[in-house]
Amino acid sequence: MKKQMICISCPIGCMLDVEYEGKELISVTGYSCPRGKTYAETEISNPQRVITSTVKLEGGKHPVVSVKSNAPIDKALIFDCMKEINKVTVKAPVKIGDVVLPNVLGTGVDIVATSEDSGNE
Amino acid sequence: MAAALKARELGVEKIIILERSETLGGILEQCIHTGFGLHYFKEELSGPEYAGRFIEQIRQSDIDVKTNTMVIDIDSDKVVTAVGPDEGLLKIQAKAIILAMGCRERPRGALSIPGHRPAGVMTAGTAQKYVNIDGYMPGRKIVILGSGDIGLIMARRMTLEGAEVKMVCELMPYSGGLARNIVQCLDDYGIPLKLSCTVVDIHGRERVEGVTIAKVDENLRPIKGTEEYVECDTLLLSVGLIPENELSKSAGIELNCITGGPDVDEMRETSQRGVFACGNVLQVHDLVDYVTLEAQIAAEGAAEYIKSGGTDEKKYAYAVHQEGVRYIVPQKINIASEKDVDLYFRVCRIYKNSKLIVKIDGETVISKKKPKLAPGEMETIKLKKDMLSKLKEDSIVEISVEESL
Ligand SMILES: Cc1cc2nc3c(=O)[nH]c(=O)nc-3n(C[C@H](O)[C@H](O)[C@H](O)COP(=O)(O)OP(=O)(O)OC[C@H]3O[C@@H](n4cnc5c(N)ncnc54)[C@H](O)[C@@H]3O)c2cc1C
Ligand code: SF4
Repeated sequence: MKKQMICISCPIGCMLDVEYEGKELISVTGYSCPRGKTYAETEISNPQRVITSTVKLEGGKHPVVSVKSNAPIDKALIFDCMKEINKVTVKAPVKIGDVVLPNVLGTGVDIVATSEDSGNE
Repeated sequence: MAAALKARELGVEKIIILERSETLGGILEQCIHTGFGLHYFKEELSGPEYAGRFIEQIRQSDIDVKTNTMVIDIDSDKVVTAVGPDEGLLKIQAKAIILAMGCRERPRGALSIPGHRPAGVMTAGTAQKYVNIDGYMPGRKIVILGSGDIGLIMARRMTLEGAEVKMVCELMPYSGGLARNIVQCLDDYGIPLKLSCTVVDIHGRERVEGVTIAKVDENLRPIKGTEEYVECDTLLLSVGLIPENELSKSAGIELNCITGGPDVDEMRETSQRGVFACGNVLQVHDLVDYVTLEAQIAAEGAAEYIKSGGTDEKKYAYAVHQEGVRYIVPQKINIASEKDVDLYFRVCRIYKNSKLIVKIDGETVISKKKPKLAPGEMETIKLKKDMLSKLKEDSIVEISVEESL
């Protein structure tokens, strides 16, 4: 099978022409850097995304603090992952990089804070 | 922050950042999605992480920062007036000023949607602040008007938080957002993007109950008979950004009618000597990486101006947008410039397999094939030193798009 896809690895957004069979990539053209090829491979075999969201924060300047998955996770798991993220409450102070939810859904990926909140003094 | 750090590095001693908000970082603080810094840090960071790297460097420097401090006036002698929490009214005589006030979203008033003003109509950026900073969801059933990046990002964000995003309507026949955002924010979640489509009516008295959408013709006028009612409790507007230039106007700086930002030269110096501009106040950027680079250029310009006292007389060549190009920044180039100059511009519509042509006084100096050009993606072209040497006073640098047959 053939299809066109847009590489989302960077803002340039190259248009890729891919040929594949099931989950197997046969050929890909149109990328401007090696990341485009890798993207096509994972997109055909097992599409993944980084998730960004917020978790509840106690004692902070703001009621929530932003988080992300520190590695991409399977697209199919995104909504389950969001459920887990929404159960979490952390306490201020929080620093960028603090793990707020380790090994989410057993994926080996951690949810980490992406902003800081020194809390209410 | 990038401009301040660069100016410090270049030996400028007394630098102050005036910020009206409580924290540094500007719009980045509410952009919690990743996609920042791919060029500059070669990493995919979220907005607060990107800002965080600069905040850390500012903390470690001796650069003065005043937050909760709003600049209310800049006069032609470079006296900056601000109001802050500590000293109340603050007056600072600057040698050079770098404007970095960003932009604001086009509000509903700028659109002509009739009807009452029920609750539930807001800009996408306001919704972004509610969800990402204040931690509450402004609605459950959402229609988004306009496919700017903020609208696309919010379509995904609200979906993840359990809202039903029914559709994104775009007036133009193409999206104003980045292609990658259409893929990862709409396609990933099966949210339809309706092109050549607009909202013609908003229903509901107290709260939005629904909207009527309609297709538009090539003159962007709604087509009778294509109206469709869509039930929703919230309408998000992502219909464009306008550079924040009230201050620039009061300082007597000439603004460009297309970008909405000041006219600048290759060092980002405005029509007022010693006043520079960078970031979204100058032109609306898609990528923060370019904002950072632009800030550093402005800082070089400001540092140079302080050293030389601004007594040098600049002779300019002018960048003129031709067929297919909407605007170019910088608008003018000092012919004595010794460094390569990057020209940033946007095209007027989508082009496939076309050519970008750059001419200096009628002579073609660059002809570059482009498989794809879109208004939503800022383009850049480098004028190398050998090309710059061709520039004379009042030379014309033209950029145009040529469609291949
Ligand atoms: C929703 C959204 C999504 C984006 N997504 C991406 C992305 O995925 N990747 C990417 O690379 N880029 C992205 N961008 C683009 C990029 O982040 C912005 O263009 C960039 O951060 C703008 O920086 P700025 O400094 O010009 O403006 P701003 O961040 O708006 O900063 C302007 C600052 O000036 C202050 N100010 C204004 N007026 C005054 C005054 N009178 N006195 C004192 N202070 C004042 C404001 O409070 C503000 O802090 C996105 C932008 C938006 C809006
Ligand atoms: S192929 Fe490379 S250059 Fe093209 S969009 Fe992907 S990452 Fe960017």
